[in-house]
Amino acid sequence: MAILLNRSTRVIVQGFTGKIGSFHAEDMKRYGTKLVGGVTPGKGGQAHLGLPVFNTVKGAVRETRAEASIVFVPPPFAADSIMEAADAGIKLCVCITDGIPSQDMMQVKRYMRRYRFEDRMRLVGPNCAGIITPGQALMGIMPGSIYLPGRIGIVGRSGTLGYEAASQMKALGIGVSTSVGIGGDPINGSSFKDILRLFEQDDETDAVVMIGEIGGPQEAEAAIWARDNMRKPLIAYIAGLSAPKGRRMGHAGAIISAFGESAQEKVEILKEAGVVIVPTPSSFGEVVADTLARIKKAA
Amino acid sequence: MDIHEYQAKELLARHGVHVPRGGLAYSPEQATYRAREIGGGKWVLKAQVHSGARGKAGGIKLCTNDEEISSAAEAMLGRKLVTQQTGPRGKLISRLYLEEAVDIAQELYLGFVLDRKEERVMIVASAAGGMEIEDISEKKPDSIIRATVDPGVGMQRFQAREIAFGLGLEDSLIGKATETIFSCYQVFRDYDASMLEINPLVVTRDGNLVALDAKMSFDENALFRRPEISELRDKSQEDPRETFASDRGLSYVGLDGNIGCIINGAGLAMATMDMIKIAGGEPANFLDIGGGASPERVAKSFRAVLGDKNVETILVNIFAGINRCDWVAEGVVKAIREVGVTVPLVVRLSGTKAEEGRRILADSGEAVIVADTLAEAAEKAVAAWRAANKKKAA
Repeated sequence: MAILLNRSTRVIVQGFTGKIGSFHAEDMKRYGTKLVGGVTPGKGGQAHLGLPVFNTVKGAVRETRAEASIVFVPPPFAADSIMEAADAGIKLCVCITDGIPSQDMMQVKRYMRRYRFEDRMRLVGPNCAGIITPGQALMGIMPGSIYLPGRIGIVGRSGTLGYEAASQMKALGIGVSTSVGIGGDPINGSSFKDILRLFEQDDETDAVVMIGEIGGPQEAEAAIWARDNMRKPLIAYIAGLSAPKGRRMGHAGAIISAFGESAQEKVEILKEAGVVIVPTPSSFGEVVADTLARIKKAA
Repeated sequence: MDIHEYQAKELLARHGVHVPRGGLAYSPEQATYRAREIGGGKWVLKAQVHSGARGKAGGIKLCTNDEEISSAAEAMLGRKLVTQQTGPRGKLISRLYLEEAVDIAQELYLGFVLDRKEERVMIVASAAGGMEIEDISEKKPDSIIRATVDPGVGMQRFQAREIAFGLGLEDSLIGKATETIFSCYQVFRDYDASMLEINPLVVTRDGNLVALDAKMSFDENALFRRPEISELRDKSQEDPRETFASDRGLSYVGLDGNIGCIINGAGLAMATMDMIKIAGGEPANFLDIGGGASPERVAKSFRAVLGDKNVETILVNIFAGINRCDWVAEGVVKAIREVGVTVPLVVRLSGTKAEEGRRILADSGEAVIVADTLAEAAEKAVAAWRAANKKKAA
């Protein structure tokens, strides 16, 4: 099934009846996502977009057997919503919300550790575009039309740059198994390494495109992990060659504050680990095509 | 968000950290008056700017009488202090802080940061204070003590005590150091700080532990619940281009190039800037218009970008998911007509309603250079910028 999400994944929306939640819920439904309901405290018992609304995530899980939840709750309350999902037995939570305080995210990560690893919810985001398994289901805010179903995995921090990569690939007839946005915050649920591990195990993915940026240690950690554990080709781009040190470039996490966090340094680390580098953001398509041609030849 | 040294010290002092006696001054007269208030015969006058490395740049002066205070204050006020950290533009000195001079026996380093690898607050301490932490980790890496705090239960006293002993302090100072470290952690946590640095934390000759300098930054995502911190914002320390943009809810970072950028999404914005560089140009700014941008918001973005007099070409690059290219196109036309765009303008629209957007641009009859791909957009922008410069030169 590609990774994380397919057409039979039962999804609820937290922050369902709000403007943003409603807009994207409709979009996801249209794409084919198996939406089974939503949560807005105080509006339980109502129907919205033809689906039941619940007061609590536990209630929604009990009634709908939901396994996955997408969070559109505003920043002051989003951490609470994520923890509620974890406690209700949700297996996969995607948090779209941008602007959650770092200390709240530290607490979320700590809270999730109360569950055994096998039972622990997987969190993707926050501040991300979500997940799409083209042709099957969408748990996010990306435009479905730019993705061709296929066998390349995409994992990236940025939403729009992920669109850029997917559309360049589509123009060359290359499709995507699943695209995962891990988000632009300094503390996030799933790291690049976490997602690479899933793609490596997935029979429907042949190669992975990783779209990183300045700031933080995750791209380097992922590259080292891939060098030692990954058989599938890893192709990567790092955004922010022209970003000055110490300035936050939009994303809360996109700031060069330590050694090894600039785009140039990350590219060096990735190269050394044997990762195929996408030299410019306009060459995602070509580099993926070349890499695929090379695997074919070798096989 | 950064705050001034005197503001950080006030915050720390309120929570039990010892700081030298001091007072704020906006004029030379006020500075000498502060000296009377503080008493003693030796003072340190410190320029309040959002930057470290002030001493080397002439922003810190030891004074022993009124004339020295007055002339040092005169020399600093209204000037831009250029330090290793401010960049060539420097930062305006409009506030001074006068402090009693302290007799130093030993200088220590104490810092708190958000560690992204551990996803916890990390305490960093060293007995080799007084120099930048980068220099300490290069020259005396063994002196660095690190500890992380479990966010579930917060910092424990034993952790502070371990650090105090680790710094090699005398027994009589262990209690004071433990309290200082613990109080700093509480301030960090209670106000949603992202960085707190006391460098140096000094042991005085009379056996006290005093924060001689203090630097703090705060998590902007948490300001909604920290109104007392939001109030400490000093716009005079910001790039005016960035203040203009942030007051209008735009995410903008000013740079030194000539090609202004209006883009959606932080990653695509960075990538577009990279592409401009690869094509031989220099970006003037980072600007993310965000999701669901209205025509008004797009027009505002043009105002922000054109507020920078160095901008000689504008590149608009939109890959719309939750945005709509038709709204962006309307915003572009609105900006040309209402804001007035006299520099070459390159627009690339992709994704949701891209066709409609392109039609709006074409029908407007305005001089817009249209591009289909990211590479084409960057190349056309650099080419237009070069051509405009040639024309200017001729």
